[in-house]
Amino acid sequence: MSKGVLVNLTKCIGCGGCTVACKMYNDNKWVDDRSPSSGENAQLADENWTVVKQFKLFKNDDTQVWRFVKHQCLHCQSPSCVSACFARAFQKTDEGAVVYFPDNCVGCRYCMIACPFKVPKFEWQTPIPVVTKCVMCYGRLKDGKSPACVSVCPEGVMKFGERESLLREAKETIANDSRYVKHIYGEEEAGGTSWIYISDVPFEKIGFNTNVVKKPLPSYTSFYMKCTPIFGAIWVIILTAFYFITKRRNTIKKQSAELSYKKTTENNSDQNQNLPENKIVDKKIE
Amino acid sequence: MESEVENVPFRFSITFIRVLLFLLALFAFGVVAVRFLFGLSAVTNLNDDWPWGLWIGFDVMCGVALAGGGYGTALLVHVFHIERFRPIARGAMLTSLIGYLLVMAGLFLDIGRWWNFWRPFVSWGHDSVLFEVFWCISAYTIIQVLEFCEIITERIFRAFHKIFVAIFPVLVIVGVAVPMMHQASLGGLYLLMDGRLHPFWWSPIIFVFFLLSSFYVGPAMIVLESAVGGKILQHAVSIDVLKRLARIGGVVMLIYLILRATDLILRNEIGNLLGDSYEVFAFRAEVVIGLIIPIFIVFSPLSNNRAWLIVYGLCASLGVFLNRLNVVVTGMAREMGSFYYPTIYEIAVSVGLVAAGILVYMFICENFKIVEE
Repeated sequence: MSKGVLVNLTKCIGCGGCTVACKMYNDNKWVDDRSPSSGENAQLADENWTVVKQFKLFKNDDTQVWRFVKHQCLHCQSPSCVSACFARAFQKTDEGAVVYFPDNCVGCRYCMIACPFKVPKFEWQTPIPVVTKCVMCYGRLKDGKSPACVSVCPEGVMKFGERESLLREAKETIANDSRYVKHIYGEEEAGGTSWIYISDVPFEKIGFNTNVVKKPLPSYTSFYMKCTPIFGAIWVIILTAFYFITKRRNTIKKQSAELSYKKTTENNSDQNQNLPENKIVDKKIE
Repeated sequence: MESEVENVPFRFSITFIRVLLFLLALFAFGVVAVRFLFGLSAVTNLNDDWPWGLWIGFDVMCGVALAGGGYGTALLVHVFHIERFRPIARGAMLTSLIGYLLVMAGLFLDIGRWWNFWRPFVSWGHDSVLFEVFWCISAYTIIQVLEFCEIITERIFRAFHKIFVAIFPVLVIVGVAVPMMHQASLGGLYLLMDGRLHPFWWSPIIFVFFLLSSFYVGPAMIVLESAVGGKILQHAVSIDVLKRLARIGGVVMLIYLILRATDLILRNEIGNLLGDSYEVFAFRAEVVIGLIIPIFIVFSPLSNNRAWLIVYGLCASLGVFLNRLNVVVTGMAREMGSFYYPTIYEIAVSVGLVAAGILVYMFICENFKIVEE
């Protein structure tokens, strides 16, 4: 039902072929002078929907190794960009891809703040910008084909398929081979992602944010948003009640003030009335 | 008498300060033109690490909060009918209206695809907290314009005055509920930032903090406005009214302070306040300047003194200003891995918007009955 990709980082040789395929299929420009799409300084950008970043690190504290990490949108199961967008410019499709509808986009960039993986990027240099990110080559996905980057990988780093079966496969792989770290990145991060990763070096050493909350992020706000209209309605009722109660209180005050003023003047002419009663009324007015 | 009022031409006296304000607004207008022609990177320091900067942090977050005096005063005067505060009602509600129009302007030039600004009205992303903020701010701005019509129809288009007087109670009640909802929701925007916004500021009840602070900053702003307005418009609000108002704000501040302390204790963050990171420094500054000093002033005999009341107003407003910028910038810096500084142009636009707002406020005060005797 919902598609996904399993990335086995131990197989990647860093050729960057996937980044080329991505640019060709999605018609994105090369912007290597400001944001390289591969190498040590690779970073996602408006024109870079996927990058391969090189890491030099020490494995087992003595041997230096190179690792290459392909980065793109992880296509969360419950995407926070989708829940953050107030104009439905991001939508999660049945196939699992999170796609972008520029015609709905206001350009507020709340999605960029909301994404725990910092995936959505913005065209800062143009007066008519869009928000950009990998859409899992949705055009190919609809035809049952794998994303462009997956289809060109010469080393079989990425495997396209049903997320559930890929997850099972990943669990088997890391259980049967002690060289893998015992963590599938994307199994639980942000409530689970369509793209999942396995690796032989700790994820935090190769640029992954391992502090991402496990709870699906939309759950933080859906309850709040459900309560809001009810809260608003109750509040209007309370305010209306206060409006009439306090208004009436003021009117009564005024009337009794007038009344007691009349009484006082009458009393002054009529000496038989006892005075203490009037004093009480006077106090109330104050 | 009334026909006399109608025949007096509109006036606007020109002073040195007003010329200066006009020049500031003009410069901001130039920067805005560059932004629309060449994109956001031409004038701002915003980038993919820092999608939100000064314009959201100050123009929108602070703008909405500092305009909170409008709904707070409307609540006290028009809903609770506390007559003693009536003399400040129109002034506070006018400031709020101008504040919201400036927020709208600030938002409009910050959003990248401004020609699509109306999209959320038809394409409902109703799971987003921003959806509520957008609808409520739009609705409240319209309500405020209608409320203001009650004032301007005293002088122009007088045939409509009766209608606006008749619908005023409805406007006021809705016009108190709606801003309270979006004041809270501006904080609710950051619910999603669990584990990313620094825990000094992130909280599961951050929306309560935003709501309470928007309420208590109202009296502080009114005290400041009356200090400025008193000089310029030769009208001083009585110190007794200001003091009582400040006390109401002070009570809410005290509740806010206790809630925030409790929240930090329950989340086991209170001990981290002894550290020496920049977050600790920013948090302490926010609490001491924005809460402890003003609370001390309003509950001490100092509050009988006009100058000290102004200090209270400055501190409490500055505290909310610091709080909003801490949420948008300081609290996110560690997560973003870099720090954000606004450019001189970003600051110029924020300053220019405020300058334009002050000019409009002065014009309206001079020509309509804002100050009630």
